[in-house]
Amino acid sequence: MAVLVFAESLTGSIKKIAQEAVAYGYQAAQAMGTECIALTIGQADGAGDLGLYGAAKVYNVDASNDFDAQVYASILGQAANKFGADLIVFAHSSSGKSLAGRLAARFDAALVTAATSIPTVADGGLHISKGVFSGKAFATYALKTDKKVVTIAGNTFRPTEVGAAVAIESVSLDAATGRIKVKEVNTVTGAVPLPEAELVVSAGRGMKGPENWGIIEELAGTLGAATACSRPVADVHWRPHHEHVGQTGVAIRPTLYFAIGISGAIQHLAGVNQSKVIVVINKDPEAPFFKAADYGVVGDLFDVVPKLNAALAKFKANN
Amino acid sequence: MKLLVCVSQTPDTTAKIKFTADNSQFDKNGVQFIMNPYDEWYALVRALELKEQVGGTVTLLHVGPKENEAVIRKGLAIGADNAIRIDAEAKSSLFVAKQIAEYAKTEGFDLLFFGKETIDYNGSEVPAMVSEYLDLPFVSYGIEMSVEGTTATVQRDIEGGKEVLTVDTPFVLSCAKGMAEQRIPNMRGIMMAKRKPIKVVPAVEAAVGAELVGYAYPPEKGDVKLIDADNMDELVQLLHNEAKVI
Ligand SMILES: Cc1cc2nc3c(=O)[nH]c(=O)nc-3n(C[C@H](O)[C@H](O)[C@H](O)COP(=O)(O)OP(=O)(O)OC[C@H]3O[C@@H](n4cnc5c(N)ncnc54)[C@H](O)[C@@H]3O)c2cc1C
Ligand SMILES: Nc1ncnc2c1ncn2[C@@H]1O[C@H](COP(=O)(O)O)[C@@H](O)[C@H]1O
Repeated sequence: MAVLVFAESLTGSIKKIAQEAVAYGYQAAQAMGTECIALTIGQADGAGDLGLYGAAKVYNVDASNDFDAQVYASILGQAANKFGADLIVFAHSSSGKSLAGRLAARFDAALVTAATSIPTVADGGLHISKGVFSGKAFATYALKTDKKVVTIAGNTFRPTEVGAAVAIESVSLDAATGRIKVKEVNTVTGAVPLPEAELVVSAGRGMKGPENWGIIEELAGTLGAATACSRPVADVHWRPHHEHVGQTGVAIRPTLYFAIGISGAIQHLAGVNQSKVIVVINKDPEAPFFKAADYGVVGDLFDVVPKLNAALAKFKANN
Repeated sequence: MKLLVCVSQTPDTTAKIKFTADNSQFDKNGVQFIMNPYDEWYALVRALELKEQVGGTVTLLHVGPKENEAVIRKGLAIGADNAIRIDAEAKSSLFVAKQIAEYAKTEGFDLLFFGKETIDYNGSEVPAMVSEYLDLPFVSYGIEMSVEGTTATVQRDIEGGKEVLTVDTPFVLSCAKGMAEQRIPNMRGIMMAKRKPIKVVPAVEAAVGAELVGYAYPPEKGDVKLIDADNMDELVQLLHNEAKVI
């Protein structure tokens, strides 16, 4: 018995969501009375630290860092058999999602994606919950197959230190050559990727034009937050497409989401309504977003945002 | 090229979501269903564009009961040549994927198009499963693709950036925003769709995987706390002391 966690890396370094996946795997292993094993593929700087978050062992498979779901799924399938994994854990990331489905098919295993709960042992299997219908409800599933697969929602399971760094053991598994050739990987350097960001400053059509985004970037800078936007703003290229959140964009779960000059259409809320705390700044007191907000400021954003930025800068200087 | 587009249906996002009295089942009464937007806007349209470029056929595939045929007709009206309906309730993603794979394995499709996810359960499960059952490469979250002969160059979304890759057909592709532009069916398309064939195929035995236990509504959000626009220090203090998020 074991919980096997795929700890993914990007350009050779372990990702933050891999730490979250290990933290989840550790808690699942505790509930199931077994241990949590992490597997890394290719170069994975920082993998030893996964021990801090609960990995009893960290293994590395020597293979290309170029992601090919077919090859990685084969490696993980072999690892799951070798380590007798009952539960295989992935981050709900582009690679995690591509692999989880493949592993589930490989073992005809029960799968839950974007899980929001730690498994509980019940019904001769595990119970796991997730958000459904754009955050309008939660569903709980029973996973009773021999092997079970789960991807975990981002920013939901906080990595806390429960152990010590471990030495990485290499494990030799058959890594067939894939049929996908990766040509380029372009990521915004230095910035926190939006799906992983804990603090997000988002703005919409209320900004009037791309030239006004300076105040949003300033606020994000003061907070150390990532920036996001509503769909129409990305559609007219005021902001890059990868910032677009909502039903047709990225779904995020930050701890703090600022919605500035965004009306709060249901399709927008679908991507952000699982944020822990929502602050809305809008000049229209009737804007639907206020119904989904924890804190609201009714006012002109061109007046409010600089004042908020000043107040935050003062707070940061004193704390 | 022989192209397959798999389409699912989903409640309209604006639909009110309710469950049966014991919260064990989704209550479909009065719910308007639509073709999953990723399938309609991106997967189907990109397949049609590819057919327009290189020739071939676009086959639509849906796993679902007869009452879902409106969604298939819409896909035919947008331009698919023919359609397959595998006659079964879509019990789970594993079950659906097995149906699609069993049908596709002897058909020799060059490219299998999917949406990136169905928006009701945000699963992102079926295309990965199909690719594993068929032992094909899987390119997920494609936002742009060009095809030269049998080689496709695809740009895909990854966290905070993009990846560019090449792959030879046959392969499985899931499509996200950017892959194509929505097409609205015209009158001629709607008329022609009525005459296009929908072949009904019986379902095969398949595992279901995860079993639904029940639903729950999220906790009610309390009322919004309004802060005066001239008192941003108060907002900062609330975020620090009360919400504890900064
Ligand atoms: C199928 C479908 C999918 C969609 N998917 C998405 C999605 O993924 N993400 C998404 O965001 N949208 C999506 N939409 C679009 C969505 O319905 C809304 O149209 C969109 O979110 C509105 O963007 P907005 O709030 O920026 O603009 P608007 O609705 O125009 O709102 C602008 C807001 O700014 C406020 N404002 C204006 N000036 C000021 C000022 N000076 N100070 C303060 N406030 C000001 C206004 O009061 C208003 O509330 C989708 C729509 C459909 C039909
Ligand atoms: N019942 C179904 N019939 C045909 N295709 C489906 C069905 N369900 C899902 N799909 C396809 O799989 C994609 C991902 O769906 P999901 O795994 O449900 O998020 C969808 O965008 C469709 O292309």
